Amino acid sequence: MQTHPSSESLPPLVSTLISPLPKPPMEALLSTLTRRLVARRPDLIRRLGDVVRVPIAIVPDDLPHAFLLSLDPDTSRVRICDKSRIGDASAIVRAPFLVLLGLLDGTYDGDALFFSRDLRIEGRTEHVLALRNTLEEADLTPGAFFGLGGRSADWVNALSDRLLGQVRAYAQKSKPAAGSARHLS
Amino acid sequence: MELVCPAGTPAALRAAADAGADAIYCGFANETNARNFPGLNFTREDLADGVDHAHRKGSKVLVAINTFARAGSVGLWTEAVDTAARCGADAIIAADLAVLDHAASNHPDLRLHLSVQAAANTPEAIRFYAETFGVKRVVLPRVLSVPEIAALNKEIEVEMEVFVFGGLCVMTEGRCSLSSYATGKSPNLTGVCSPPDHVDYHEDPSGKLLARLGGFTIDRFEAGQAAGYPTLCKGQFSAEGKTGYLFEDPVSLNAFEFLGDLAQAGVTALKIEGRQRGKAYIAGVVSAFRKAVDSLSGGGDPKPAIAALKAFSEGGRETAGSYKKTWR
Amino acid sequence: MTDVTRIELALGPCLFNWPADRLTEFYGRIADEAEIDVVYLGEVVCGKRMPFTDPVWPEAIDRLTAAGKRVVLSTLAQPVNKREREVLRQQADYDLPIEINDMSMLAACSGRAFTAGPFLNIYNEASLALLAGRGATVWCPPVELPLASTQKIAALVPEVEVELFAFGRLPLALSSRCYHARTHGLRKDSCQFVCDRDPDGMLVETLDGRRFLAANGIQTLSDTCHVAGLTSGHLTASGVKRLRLSPHTVDMVAVARLFRSFLDGAMNADEFETKLEALDLPGPLSNAYLAGDAGWKKTALPV
Repeated sequence: MQTHPSSESLPPLVSTLISPLPKPPMEALLSTLTRRLVARRPDLIRRLGDVVRVPIAIVPDDLPHAFLLSLDPDTSRVRICDKSRIGDASAIVRAPFLVLLGLLDGTYDGDALFFSRDLRIEGRTEHVLALRNTLEEADLTPGAFFGLGGRSADWVNALSDRLLGQVRAYAQKSKPAAGSARHLS
Repeated sequence: MELVCPAGTPAALRAAADAGADAIYCGFANETNARNFPGLNFTREDLADGVDHAHRKGSKVLVAINTFARAGSVGLWTEAVDTAARCGADAIIAADLAVLDHAASNHPDLRLHLSVQAAANTPEAIRFYAETFGVKRVVLPRVLSVPEIAALNKEIEVEMEVFVFGGLCVMTEGRCSLSSYATGKSPNLTGVCSPPDHVDYHEDPSGKLLARLGGFTIDRFEAGQAAGYPTLCKGQFSAEGKTGYLFEDPVSLNAFEFLGDLAQAGVTALKIEGRQRGKAYIAGVVSAFRKAVDSLSGGGDPKPAIAALKAFSEGGRETAGSYKKTWR
Repeated sequence: MTDVTRIELALGPCLFNWPADRLTEFYGRIADEAEIDVVYLGEVVCGKRMPFTDPVWPEAIDRLTAAGKRVVLSTLAQPVNKREREVLRQQADYDLPIEINDMSMLAACSGRAFTAGPFLNIYNEASLALLAGRGATVWCPPVELPLASTQKIAALVPEVEVELFAFGRLPLALSSRCYHARTHGLRKDSCQFVCDRDPDGMLVETLDGRRFLAANGIQTLSDTCHVAGLTSGHLTASGVKRLRLSPHTVDMVAVARLFRSFLDGAMNADEFETKLEALDLPGPLSNAYLAGDAGWKKTALPV
């Protein structure tokens, strides 16, 4: 059980390496995977309620870009854009990238992240809540997100758990000793 | 003692069953339940599947229909009762006289629990609900100390359920209109306290976070300072020239230290708050309290697991609330 | 709007910790001067205040009754300990009309007529009908209930008289914790009765200095002074029989007089509110609960 992320940020080197990666193929891949997920789970759109079609900005503190997510039965898409270009978003969710991933796959509890200030929200609180609660129900293991089933899903989940575990451990080790007082107790 | 655990989504219900919940409570995705937040709760199909899953895992399902029915629309609430019964729910948790009456008259075999929202804290009130509607269990308002709970048990025939972990109403549950005063939405009627569409957060460049409800500033957190829910009862205000948490600090309930005393007081069931919480919370809190309850009859040491729950608490802090008389 | 009947005025129970001599003087003046039909007496908020106020009631009942007022005994909204429960049991046997504010009283009052007070969670026609079957003859709805809901319920349960909370700081919440004691660094068990320092409640402001709430021991009220500025025609059409004015330190005789003139058609709503505001009210006017909006707001009510 993991109760708290203890301020895990990506090491600056990782952020630097990621920033020049080409955006269009990533956008296309994420959009396609999101559309497939929504097609597989129409209940998620019902659960989202009013947030359908409303773009929400997901802003990783330690990456150079923001993700603009809009969910819709037919035209869900993920845009990757400059952090200064998220004015369309009804709400903004900010947190370190690994924290956001942990929220996505249910490793962390959203309220606890909010209490500890690891996660910050702006704008329409109800949209953030609807998205968060829908993601909880989506049970987004990496395998599920890639639309895999059975043993291949298990394999991807185990692999990503291992990788993320290592990245988290590395982030913990490499974080600066001072100035990381974000976490509790 | 039975461990009663929250589920705001089918995924949370499965997590609670896996973590060792004896019973799981949940509600429908409308105003009939007191955690009516966007993206949460169950459809009829969700509930039917959830009951199947829980029963296979040996957990019961309790359906909270615990708001007060809106005038002229009582049908929405009575239909919720009928649906819960058809889905095979093990009990209904209700507070409104109209809802209790409908359940007692139309589903005499369906077990009725009196919701904390009914605020029944005297033998006389509890006996009224037991005698009138056949209520089998009362969820006690968080206003009683442990000795008072023990004394109450001697005067009533029904089972007692008490909260042991999670969000803590500072005002008596079901008897608070603070949120509606600020926002126009009554928690008693709509099932939402501090409705998110009336909540506004603003973090300035220095990292100072301001929380507003209905346009009223209700709290301010310095950079890095742990925050809480945007509820009025845990906000900062000024009175008599002093500024601070007038009603209560941002803090959550943890009554772990009283589990033995509560068992001795005759408590039947322990309730964990948090239908708005994620699977990580459900798995963490339910398994820690599973260990804690089992340790009362000679299981392993639950203290490390319980200590780890602090990170789930509002403001990162815990209180035993009214179980200690000095809280008042 | 047809068949406009005379809307009666009631004086609700005093929610604050007033000293005995103030209460005696207050009810004496109400008996002698106020155009009020029904007066509710008794301690509703905190059982600890009872030993101080109990001696006041017999004389107040006599004076009010002699002045032609109907007196109703109002009872504790949140009884907890044995002593408070015993008080309720005794009160149920008094030969006085009674208002119940907690379900604890229901069994003891079964078989006798009672008023269902605003602290009971009666939000719909079915629950009011159920209470009517057990003796409720008057109902004061929860303060947050929109007038449209009250109207629906009144139409469906015509055997119960509706009395609308119409003046005063809104009673919003109860707790087991005493906020007066907490603010003064005390505990409920050793509170030194500090709530007596604020005869209209203790003002609570937001961090940016905006007036917001009022604390009264274990009770929290609004800062605003709720006023139902509804005409007799509108009230009659909504099924309301009587208005309830909640006691404050403002001249309640003058408040009742203004309500009476307004209900009798001697002035319009604007004039009524302007004249009310000229009195020493506990807070700014509000009324939006009646319209189903946030209780602190002031809105234009339909005429």
